[in-house]
Amino acid sequence: MNDQTPTTRHVPDRLDNPLRSALFSWPSLLLVVAVAIFIVNSLASPYFLSPWSLSDATFNFTEKALIALAMALLIISGEIDLSVAAIIALASTAMGFALQFGIDTPGLVAIGIGTGLACGAFNGFLVTRLGLPSIVVTIGTMSLFRGISFIVLGDQAFKGYPESFAFFGQGYVWWVVSFEFVLFIAAAAIYYVALHRTSFGRRIFVIGNNATAAQFSGVRVERVKFVLFCLTGLMAGIASVLLTSRLGSTRPSIAQGWELEVITMVVLGGVSILGGAGSIVGVVIAAFIMGLVTFGLGLLNVPGIVMSIFIGLLLIVVIALPIVYRMVRK
Amino acid sequence: MRNIFALAPRVLRLREFWLAIGIAVMIGAIATRAPSFAAPANLADIFNNTAILMILALGQMVVILTRSIDLSIAANVALSGMVIALLNSTMPWIPVPLLIVAAPLLGLALGAINGFLVWKLDIPAIVVTLGTLTIYRGTTFLVAGGQWVNAAEMTPDFISITRLELLGLPLLSWSAVLIAAAFYVLMTRTPIGRSIYAIGVNPTASVYAGINVGRTKFIAFCISGLVAGLCGYLWVSRYVIASSETAVGYELQVIAACVIGGVSIAGGVGTVGSALLGALFLGVISSALPVIGVSPFWQMAISGAAIILAVILNARAGKKTGRIILKRAEGGAA
Repeated sequence: MNDQTPTTRHVPDRLDNPLRSALFSWPSLLLVVAVAIFIVNSLASPYFLSPWSLSDATFNFTEKALIALAMALLIISGEIDLSVAAIIALASTAMGFALQFGIDTPGLVAIGIGTGLACGAFNGFLVTRLGLPSIVVTIGTMSLFRGISFIVLGDQAFKGYPESFAFFGQGYVWWVVSFEFVLFIAAAAIYYVALHRTSFGRRIFVIGNNATAAQFSGVRVERVKFVLFCLTGLMAGIASVLLTSRLGSTRPSIAQGWELEVITMVVLGGVSILGGAGSIVGVVIAAFIMGLVTFGLGLLNVPGIVMSIFIGLLLIVVIALPIVYRMVRK
Repeated sequence: MRNIFALAPRVLRLREFWLAIGIAVMIGAIATRAPSFAAPANLADIFNNTAILMILALGQMVVILTRSIDLSIAANVALSGMVIALLNSTMPWIPVPLLIVAAPLLGLALGAINGFLVWKLDIPAIVVTLGTLTIYRGTTFLVAGGQWVNAAEMTPDFISITRLELLGLPLLSWSAVLIAAAFYVLMTRTPIGRSIYAIGVNPTASVYAGINVGRTKFIAFCISGLVAGLCGYLWVSRYVIASSETAVGYELQVIAACVIGGVSIAGGVGTVGSALLGALFLGVISSALPVIGVSPFWQMAISGAAIILAVILNARAGKKTGRIILKRAEGGAA
């Protein structure tokens, strides 16, 4: 993804006013977009502004957003994982397989999350130990992981998950606040602290900006990247538990195409696909934007495939706008 | 005689040579269990089934050579194919050759949109084509109003042209042969082809050599769009159906074919032969599975494993070339 020609860096004489730079930052821009979409949605459909609708709206993005949090860190470090949706499929298949042996909810959850972690570690091993480019490795593991699900399941499905298992994807913690949503907010807080308030997070930025300099500064580049792949796998495993619980069944085609939606979320959130820049706040707002757009259009009976046009346009326009703005100002 | 011996070490080092041997061994091994598999008619059939994948792999290779990637290639196939099929079903009086010319032009326009965004706005190719992938596929649904175009709605000529046989091979196969030849000339005998390799190997040096990096990428995307548009027609004519689900996820197959053939995702490395053989490898596997009695559900996992194996082998082979002067940043270029 190193496809930009080197450019000269401009050092300003004086830094921007912090208030001004906060106002014009990426997350603020996204927040404006999110609020605008929220208002348009409430005007377009009378069903939008009710607590239960809004609660329902969170379901269609929390699982993807959970993965996006870890994916953001991975992309900031200069790597990528295209296999996340396939990990969901494999973890879900593993849970369904375990179900056939009468394993109960706690075991199923452990197997789902464990499978995700193992898949992430496998990706991390191939990329960091064997020094392979992550984009190709994860295209490979994407076929491999989902392929294994197809071998196990064929055109069949695993069904009959225990009643207690349904809580993760369908349960509410309090009134309209779902378990999934609470989990997402908690995870977002943890990832925010990890990326922006710890030395581990600083190391991720350093690696993304200059892996060689990071290496010479004593950052264990390979180890950090390995951990990030494991984290991404772990989050995909958690998402798999939630999604399987919500759907109540496992098919090998589960979560098909999610990898692109997760990456769209991350890039829309202002994370540079070239690595080295990004914030968790941006990713969280981007997750809400995508959730609101798809849910709002859903209320208007717009088919999913047409919604994807909006998501695609949003991705390109939001990224192109600041570039065009800078060009015009010059 | 001396020449052959001088050439031998060079040929033995060629990845294409070993991949071709690998494919031949695979066909041989399968033929021991099902002798008809290696029959010329069946081999021609496999070639015909792989023709579209080969053409798309060539287009994708050109983009990957420039350190970019075209994730929208399959969506381009779907949209171009749908528009051409709609034109054919609603206006059957348009002569089919005109449609066959229109399809690549349509694809070219879609590819040019990608190329323009990469060139003028300097947005990374993976982001641009991720966006246009969803836009093109959504548009496919919109232009058809969510409907399919099926065999009954297409004119007989539209369907039969790709099936016409010439010297024992259908025109679909011949189109792959012709395009492969055109790509060979383009990549090895024209300034554009050399520029594409140059900016992949070293963009900075290319700028100093007077190559416009952005424009070259734009051309690469146009080429990939052009062949995607043509494959749009070929796909619809071959499978006699156009829907918004046409070639869903096929972009990854196409990239897989390139990677298995040895096209480096870091740019600058890969030949026409390598992309063709990578596609053939996948084609042979998919035709072999039913013959040796393995469920087709194995195909995905096998091609995944093949990709990973190919990348590992490529990395091993790449390490041996040349003396290491400066240690590369560890995993810096993802």
